[in-house]
Amino acid sequence: MNGKNEEKHYLSLMVENRPGVLSRIVGLFSGRGFNIESLCVAETLEANISRITLVTRGDMMIIEQIKKQLNKLINVIKVTDLTNRKFVQRDMALVKVRARPENRAEILRMVDIFRGRVVDVGSEFFTVEVTGDLGKVKAFLKLLKPMGIKEIARTGTIALAREDNKERKRNGRD
Amino acid sequence: MFVIKQKGSIILLNALAEEGVKTIFGYPGAAIIDLSDELVKTDINHILVRHEQGAVHAADGYARASGGVGVCLVTSGPGATNTVTGIASAYCDSIPIVVITGQVPTGLIGNDAFQEVDIVGITRPCTKHNYLVTKIEDLGKTIKEAFYLARSGRPGPVLVDIPKDLFTMEFDCKSQDCVKLRSYSPTYDPNIRQLKKVARLIEKAKQPLILAGGGVILSKGSDSLKKFAEAIASPVTSTLMGLGCFPTQTPYWLGMIGMHGTYRANMASANCDLLIAVGVRFDDRVTGKIDGFAPKATIVHIDIDPTSIRKNVSVSVPVVGDCKLTLDLLNELLEEKPLGDLSESRAPWLDQIEEWKSTKKLSYSQDQVIKPQYVIEKLYELTKGEAIITTEVGQNQMWAAQYYHFDKPNCFITSGGLGCMGFGLPAAIGAQIARPDKLVVDVAGDGSIQMNIQEMATAVQYGLPVKVVILNNRFLGMVRQWQELFYDKRYACTEMDHAPDFIKLAEAYGAVGLRATSPEEVESVLKEGLSLPKTVIMEFVVEQEEKVYPMVPAGAPITEMLLV
Repeated sequence: MNGKNEEKHYLSLMVENRPGVLSRIVGLFSGRGFNIESLCVAETLEANISRITLVTRGDMMIIEQIKKQLNKLINVIKVTDLTNRKFVQRDMALVKVRARPENRAEILRMVDIFRGRVVDVGSEFFTVEVTGDLGKVKAFLKLLKPMGIKEIARTGTIALAREDNKERKRNGRD
Repeated sequence: MFVIKQKGSIILLNALAEEGVKTIFGYPGAAIIDLSDELVKTDINHILVRHEQGAVHAADGYARASGGVGVCLVTSGPGATNTVTGIASAYCDSIPIVVITGQVPTGLIGNDAFQEVDIVGITRPCTKHNYLVTKIEDLGKTIKEAFYLARSGRPGPVLVDIPKDLFTMEFDCKSQDCVKLRSYSPTYDPNIRQLKKVARLIEKAKQPLILAGGGVILSKGSDSLKKFAEAIASPVTSTLMGLGCFPTQTPYWLGMIGMHGTYRANMASANCDLLIAVGVRFDDRVTGKIDGFAPKATIVHIDIDPTSIRKNVSVSVPVVGDCKLTLDLLNELLEEKPLGDLSESRAPWLDQIEEWKSTKKLSYSQDQVIKPQYVIEKLYELTKGEAIITTEVGQNQMWAAQYYHFDKPNCFITSGGLGCMGFGLPAAIGAQIARPDKLVVDVAGDGSIQMNIQEMATAVQYGLPVKVVILNNRFLGMVRQWQELFYDKRYACTEMDHAPDFIKLAEAYGAVGLRATSPEEVESVLKEGLSLPKTVIMEFVVEQEEKVYPMVPAGAPITEMLLV
């Protein structure tokens, strides 16, 4: 695969929530040499359906194949490519950062600027939460890094199409 | 309401009966012992193979020869893993089979129990879909779904893994209604707007070519294809899997395309201005170097599986739909708006093809040593082209494809996509059971036949008059051919000097063994072997270094053919 015309795509999948489904999807990507940049899975309001937000990269032909191959899986109900539509996306990170007395105020200020939250305070560390698009999360991590990050946990991207798009494209195929 | 409680075995067998299953190819074991116990009390015919791989290939051959679904039943662990190659082959060739595997009891799953493997995990990428049934209430429904998935849309193998305890568990089971899967609905009806585009392209085309594949046979669309080709006066070529979808004794027929395709078919693909591909997936053995494939053509691609379209080749007009339905609709469009008399406008194109045809024919020269092509030609003559031919894989397969002419669908049964040696004999067994009225011949090499030779015992046990033609060149011929052409004749690992005595071997199995060592004996051995109502091995000691021509080196454009 050449890197020239590669594009990042945000796919939103509705899948049956049963054992083995995620393995089918991940197996499809590894077996066919497609990329997964991030993957987020959770149940929807209907307990037997999960939504997967999957970020992948590839040229036009590859992305078309990825979507078709996903659709072909029996347990996949719907594949929506959000990339060329209006959509909102969020990543979240939990960061355990060293909170030396001289840094504490700075960390709190940073958290405030990024509209994050301190979710745990200990004698040596703060654990802070930040939510936003990928760029914001990365920027936040970059600023905290000099103070000493002990560990982080990040979600992949989750995304939803904006309403007007959904209305307009309701009958169209993705 | 009166409710009958039934054991899982009975629920399963009833579900199979509802699907019209008459034959199961299987091999028993601890995990399915309760099911086997009930199975023999039903009308379903159980064929005991000698290796589970044979069971799956036999089910594959059965499905292709009958146009229905093949079924196998094997036990857990090694029984299940032995099916994998057969499943992968059926998956590549889109053959509807249902493989039922026993599994260790529910409580032991995940404990590394005796004869436990995660067969659902193992076969996930080579089945259309697979199931582990964990609850008795799901059993009947799952079997119904499995058959529905196997035969609908683009067909394929479906595996159902059933823990041992479910077979004896009781449940009040109702008959299943039709299957509804929220996430699965294959597109059979093509988009009519796309078809109108195709019709317009046909009107403009001067040098059209139809490339037909296995999809035409699977959709039972051969007659529609013939009508279509005549309506648009277009020559027709096919992939290996498509052989038999178009009558060979007509001027439009070009023969097979691809690595060992005919000169005229490959040249036609390179020079056509409109390529109508029906039920193909543009395998690399068909296209050769992808950039050099059909460079002048606008490509129309008709297939029921959207993933086949634009996977390897850019397509101008994609049409997702059932091949037969699509061809029928195109034929209707052409009837509404006929193209008129095409004889004049097509003449230059058809003349050109005729020229390619007469200058570079398939050929070989028969001298003192038997030529394998000669054996196949004689086989064709003596069977009047009416046998079902199964093949192993390699040179034998290509010669069978080139020199036996298939006029009807479902008569050429080969492992096309996976290229699985050891396929032909068990597939012939399956085909013979599906079509007891037909002469079934496995065209084999001395290498391939030894991969599933144990199935001779199956054929003899069930009195199946399968004929095995072994083209014995004491080499793994296709690899040797590559070594001769591209590796300076370094025959690394391909000499097979110590084959068994196939006559004695046939006799040891209780079959008949015949051998021809000179060209004069070919006809008499074939005549005798074909006329016997028994399992027969006919061995032909052929030229060791004969090659399959034409040949396109791997990765070259398909017009760069090595010719005789």
